[in-house]
Amino acid sequence: MTDLNRLTIAAASAGLAKGEFSARELTQSCVDAMDALSDLGAFITPTPDLALEAADQADAKRKGGEDVPLLGIPLGIKDLFCTEGVQTTAASKILQGFVPTYESSVTTNLLRDGAVFLGKLNLDEFAMGSSNTTSYYGNVVNPWQSASKPDMQLVPGGSSGGSASAVAARLCLGATGTDTGGSIRQPAAFCGITGLKPTYGRCSRWGIVAFASSLDQAGPMARSVEDCAILLGSMAGFDAKDTTAVDTPVPDYTAELSAGVKGLKIGLPREYRVDGMPAEIEQLWQQSAQWLRDQGAEVVEISLPHTHSALPAYYIVAPAEASSNLARYDGVRYGFRADAPDGLPEFSSLEDMYATTRGEGFGAEVQRRIMIGAYVLSAGYYDAYYNKARRVRSLIARDFTEAFEQVDAILTPTTPSAAFGITEEPSGVEMYMNDVFTVPASMAGIPGISLPAGLSSDGLPLGVQLLGRPFDEVGLLRVAQSLEDAAGFTATPQLMA
Amino acid sequence: MSITRETVEQAARLARLTVADADKDRLAGELSAILGFVEQLNAIDTSDVEPLTSVVGATARMRKDAVTAGDEPERILANAPDRVTDFYAVPKVVE
Repeated sequence: MTDLNRLTIAAASAGLAKGEFSARELTQSCVDAMDALSDLGAFITPTPDLALEAADQADAKRKGGEDVPLLGIPLGIKDLFCTEGVQTTAASKILQGFVPTYESSVTTNLLRDGAVFLGKLNLDEFAMGSSNTTSYYGNVVNPWQSASKPDMQLVPGGSSGGSASAVAARLCLGATGTDTGGSIRQPAAFCGITGLKPTYGRCSRWGIVAFASSLDQAGPMARSVEDCAILLGSMAGFDAKDTTAVDTPVPDYTAELSAGVKGLKIGLPREYRVDGMPAEIEQLWQQSAQWLRDQGAEVVEISLPHTHSALPAYYIVAPAEASSNLARYDGVRYGFRADAPDGLPEFSSLEDMYATTRGEGFGAEVQRRIMIGAYVLSAGYYDAYYNKARRVRSLIARDFTEAFEQVDAILTPTTPSAAFGITEEPSGVEMYMNDVFTVPASMAGIPGISLPAGLSSDGLPLGVQLLGRPFDEVGLLRVAQSLEDAAGFTATPQLMA
Repeated sequence: MSITRETVEQAARLARLTVADADKDRLAGELSAILGFVEQLNAIDTSDVEPLTSVVGATARMRKDAVTAGDEPERILANAPDRVTDFYAVPKVVE
């Protein structure tokens, strides 16, 4: 049997259950794919031997009559999740060689359900970025190529760029991602796959390297809405080790996938029309609305008045929390420690050792953000910046609460552009604009999903985003499934194993 | 708001970062651009809005104040750059 690596999780599970192939054969096909397309840079630490061993164990369990939801399914794990005995770097030099002695709660849940881990996926350093060009371990390449410039390497988006690239190139059946301001949804859109950011608190953050704790949320990335639903069912759940993990039962996320959208009300927020957005993105958005209308949904225009305040507020809240979270990297307890500078035998002070370690261990974008964070939290500026941003955040959350009194889901484009070239990457604030459509939902903590809905005129995938009520992932996935069915997106990337 | 070299030095000190002299002007420009971008928030009236502290409205859970883990020096020190017996070690410094 060939091309097992191209199966969806649902199809692979069915094939495994029927005995059409073994978990070892399925995993071997992914390992071969990872070898063939290693130039994508999707993995920081591939673990093929551990994967094949785990696949054998899955086959043995199946023979023994065990049946768990992901038994023998090969997945990639974003290198932000701590994995016991396997290096976890957060794509930073400062964590090079860090081998956790514990397993994150989300990956523990996936292992409980029988998943096979293929290795640790590349990302932007500490998940800070939208292009996967800030990793200490090299850029990730998008497996898609544009029609006009097929030789130009494109970014996969970020920060979960390795996850998106690996899923799109068929190196794994699904992957974990994390989303702080769009880090699941934006790369999913750039790589033509489906990515779900659950409601804040739905998945435990314990054991995930922290970026901005009031925003960080783990979620699935896969090649169908159904596969995301299956993965979320395993990833989600209460965890006493995360004080913000919510103690509500995990429903069957696949239960209502075929329920359709008849009678549902979908909102199109008028503020998501931004200057300079390509006409084809606007067209795809309207086309997606029409697809939902054709299936019986009522589509109405709504207003989310504080949409454009979300990004500036995010660039206060996220760096502030990052500066606090990243204070732990000091060269004392784990990771990289710098040598004394300029051939001196000793540091002049302990603080000098910390600052030299951090100056050498963190990349430029991380340094920028923790300096911004330290500045907006400093005496005299805390109220003007940090508290102001948190007040604006209340307004953003209120916009969504009011919108969901009128509509069941909100439809928007995922990104204001298709994937761009690694060498034509925008800088600074312009780069931040990538997340203009994804950040508002992060600030409000509500769930969002991006799915591929069409191709740009240059042959690159474009995503649309659906946003739902807090903890109504079941309802969100139901609308997403309808949209996926109508869009019928079957295009595949040029680089595919 | 325009960030000066001195402010860069202060932020670097607060963030415990050694920043090369040659990078300070560049950083001043980059930080100014970010702070200039976020300044648009000042146009929003938030006088009657409380800062958002939790998106899920959760209250802190209570637990028994009891020791639940410990006595695992090997697991805790496994990644230490340097150690002496069961302690983290730091380089000798001249204070």
